[in-house]
Amino acid sequence: MTEITKDIVAEHGLTEGEYDEVLKILGRTPNLTELGIFSVMWSEHCSYKSSKKWLKTLPTEAPWVICGPGENAGVIDIGDGQAAIFKMESHNHPSFIEPYQGAATGVGGIMRDVFTMGARPIANMNALRFGRPDHPKTGHLVSGVVAGIAGYGNCMGVPTVGGETNFHPSYDGNILVNAMTVGLAETDNIFYSAAAGVGNPVVYVGSKTGRDGIHGATMASAEFDDDSEEKRPTVQVGDPFTEKLLLEACLELMATDAIVAIQDMGAAGLTSSSFEMADKGGVGIELNLDLVPMREEGMTPYEIMLSESQERMLMVLKPDREEEARRIFEKWELDFSVIGKVTDTGRMILTMNGEVAADLPVAPLADAAPEYDRPWTKTEPPAVIRGEDVTAPNDLGEVLLKLMGSSEIASRRWIWEQYDHMVMGDTIQRPGGDAAVVRVHGTKKALAITTDCTPRYCYADPETGGAQAVAEAWRNITATGGQPLAITDCMNFGNPQRPEIMGQFVGCIDGMRAACTALDFPVISGNVSLYNETNGTGIYPTPAIGGVGLLADYAKMTTLAFKEAEDVVVLIGELTGEMGQSLYLSEIEGREEGAPPAVDLEKERKHGDYVREMIEKGLVTAAHDISDGGLGVALAEMAIAGNIGAEITLETSLPLHAALFAEDQACYVLTVKPDDVEMLRGFALAEDIPLHIIGTIGHTDLKIDGALTISVSRLKEVHAKWLPALMSRPGSE
Amino acid sequence: MKAAVIVFPGSNCDRDLKVALAQSMGREPEMVWHGNSELPDTDLIAIPGGFSYGDYLRSGAMAANSPIMREVVKRAEGGTPVLAICNGFQVATETGMLPGALLRNAGQKFVCRDVDLQIAAQNERFVGGFEQGEVVRFPVAHHDGNFYADEDKLNELESEGQIAFRYVTPEGEQTAEANPNGSLNNIAGIYNKAGNVLGLMPHPERLISKELGGTDGKRFFDHLVNSIG
Repeated sequence: MTEITKDIVAEHGLTEGEYDEVLKILGRTPNLTELGIFSVMWSEHCSYKSSKKWLKTLPTEAPWVICGPGENAGVIDIGDGQAAIFKMESHNHPSFIEPYQGAATGVGGIMRDVFTMGARPIANMNALRFGRPDHPKTGHLVSGVVAGIAGYGNCMGVPTVGGETNFHPSYDGNILVNAMTVGLAETDNIFYSAAAGVGNPVVYVGSKTGRDGIHGATMASAEFDDDSEEKRPTVQVGDPFTEKLLLEACLELMATDAIVAIQDMGAAGLTSSSFEMADKGGVGIELNLDLVPMREEGMTPYEIMLSESQERMLMVLKPDREEEARRIFEKWELDFSVIGKVTDTGRMILTMNGEVAADLPVAPLADAAPEYDRPWTKTEPPAVIRGEDVTAPNDLGEVLLKLMGSSEIASRRWIWEQYDHMVMGDTIQRPGGDAAVVRVHGTKKALAITTDCTPRYCYADPETGGAQAVAEAWRNITATGGQPLAITDCMNFGNPQRPEIMGQFVGCIDGMRAACTALDFPVISGNVSLYNETNGTGIYPTPAIGGVGLLADYAKMTTLAFKEAEDVVVLIGELTGEMGQSLYLSEIEGREEGAPPAVDLEKERKHGDYVREMIEKGLVTAAHDISDGGLGVALAEMAIAGNIGAEITLETSLPLHAALFAEDQACYVLTVKPDDVEMLRGFALAEDIPLHIIGTIGHTDLKIDGALTISVSRLKEVHAKWLPALMSRPGSE
Repeated sequence: MKAAVIVFPGSNCDRDLKVALAQSMGREPEMVWHGNSELPDTDLIAIPGGFSYGDYLRSGAMAANSPIMREVVKRAEGGTPVLAICNGFQVATETGMLPGALLRNAGQKFVCRDVDLQIAAQNERFVGGFEQGEVVRFPVAHHDGNFYADEDKLNELESEGQIAFRYVTPEGEQTAEANPNGSLNNIAGIYNKAGNVLGLMPHPERLISKELGGTDGKRFFDHLVNSIG
């Protein structure tokens, strides 16, 4: 037997203090399998040891929340006995090392999290961050990640309906691949992971176990260095066809009442699934590892327990239901094996070849998972930069064209055309709008789904950035006419052992908490990805927010496209002209400076509620929120989408470059029929909402009085060409 | 009218096709699991899109050897209309019901977008609801839609009026830009010689209502259902 030396403990990522705790719990030295189990269960990825203290402060409840964080995914009530189940998860480290498989298995994993709970996945989204566009690796990474997401989602037959993509040097060495899945279930048929019923069979289904992905969770809990590419063997390989079969088989079995509990095998595979099921149920589990379906010969208990082979599930069935379940899995040509049973010992006992391979107490191991209050320092908020402090450009038209063709604003069509975004026949708002909208099959209802975060804001001022990310998700849903209901979050940060990084985390959480509370937009699921650092340089703090909202009647949905000549263009909200952290500053002046735009949550709430109410009344023909690039970019995006121009006149005391390109929050651009303007204005007056009539739709140019005149076709061309040009460079395949 | 939709492991447009057929027929088609060796009595056989058997080996190759396909081929030879969409088209070429092959897209990437299609030949049963030469819009969503046939076969398809749909510009021009996958002669769909088997890469079942962005697909199914009766 391998002797447990200090070096072996260190290789497993356990600190001396953590190892002392292991010895205390066991009262003896662990064997290698047991050490491996402690190592993954107590890894940052599985234990949330650095983040737990702060995550607990987020609001997670609302009358429509059925299940908040802690299960495989969060659950909200969407009426008529139906529930939406969703979560977003990171797959950053593997995607950098092996972009296609890393991204593909990220998508596979998040879909499993959702259908484990009894939901059929109906939409996938993603939030992607890559390094600077001219970094030699960027093209290759974009190409691989997008193909991986497409390869998995398309084969599953679940539409990938949208997402967001940023490019920034802070991701040169650590890209972010965050994948989100939304599923649909019946509220009275939701499945949880708590094992129960002493003697009940524990069943393994899905793919066979191989040696792939061993220690993936540990890798995801460490920084990269120059040798990280050697970690390629720890990246799993996905098989979407098997997952499609697993989905159909699970849903077929879930239609019976044979299942007591079910948990997918994700990070830390069989270890984490069995321990979570036992811990949640307050029971013990005995597993005979000889019965685990294996792909390779001679696997050790250590390898079996730590493998992250994909497309596997663990279930506890009711007594005497094995044969019924087996028939379903055999029909779908999947492995099905009763590998153990639930016990009342509170211990996890693993046997192989007639010998005990591990004997661990479940609750002490789970309860004693370390929790750290890591030291943190607050990011000092930078100074506000006002429009007056920024030199006026010579040509505002050139500015707009430059922004429309910039890495942050340019069309993402090259990406989303590789995703099947229409399969299932319910996508009624395709990628490219504020939020994607997918019908709840066979009803009048629809779900609006968005992913949002502006990392440069979070870096400059984490608290404002955290609040802004939540507010933007809320606005994007609102702009479709949807009622925002809940979010999932994917918290991507650097090394939490550095106080300034921990301070970014704490700041973002503070901002998110404030926004979630003010907007009644609770967090129902999420994940944390720390140690996104290479050679000591961290990524920008990136709390990616996945928001979901409900449209009670999709016939009332709005899109951002300008619709018809003569419609009147209206601005809701006040322009302040604060230009810190704007794309204008970075793209035109080459500086990332100043405070991000202020987020006034009371105004967000008020303005958004008004916009939704006006959409509900049928008064709004198009709606779009102001975000990256400000009002100027918002108008150009609406013109491009509608393929029609507009004539805009701004009555403002601000310098025009500030009015057009400051990224003011709590603002929307609406269009309305000329006959409805007075009604819209009347409601605004009554509710004390700032409303400005700023123009009329028509003709083929976007014309902003005193500033610019550009044809819509020119805007479209500039907007369309940037990403295809980047991806046609040599080395981008 | 009765219709049957064949379901393979990995099919994923089976429900979409069921919804589109049900909307036009006023009743649901029968869903037939691939493992059955018997086909029900039916007036139309539809083979849906997806990734049958994960596209392993070659798109459509494994499904073509599924027990149910022997029955489908037999019925097609007996004159039963067969509608084979996307992966279904790939399966149909693999069984030999339709000539040619569908290769990897010229751009090497999966492509999902609305495309404009010209009704290239008249076939009363399938496209009698459209004018010949009319341009309609259906979406494509595939990785392997690049139609190929050798020169003799291609000439034969052209001269026998077996080209069902071509990728064109909205104005009806057959250009390289309008072709999403590099198909020879911009071919998007073909008929067999007898004209009772239609294979096409685009998905008419995806544009069957205003909310989904268009109704050309609904027109297609409405006519098909009417003409089969």
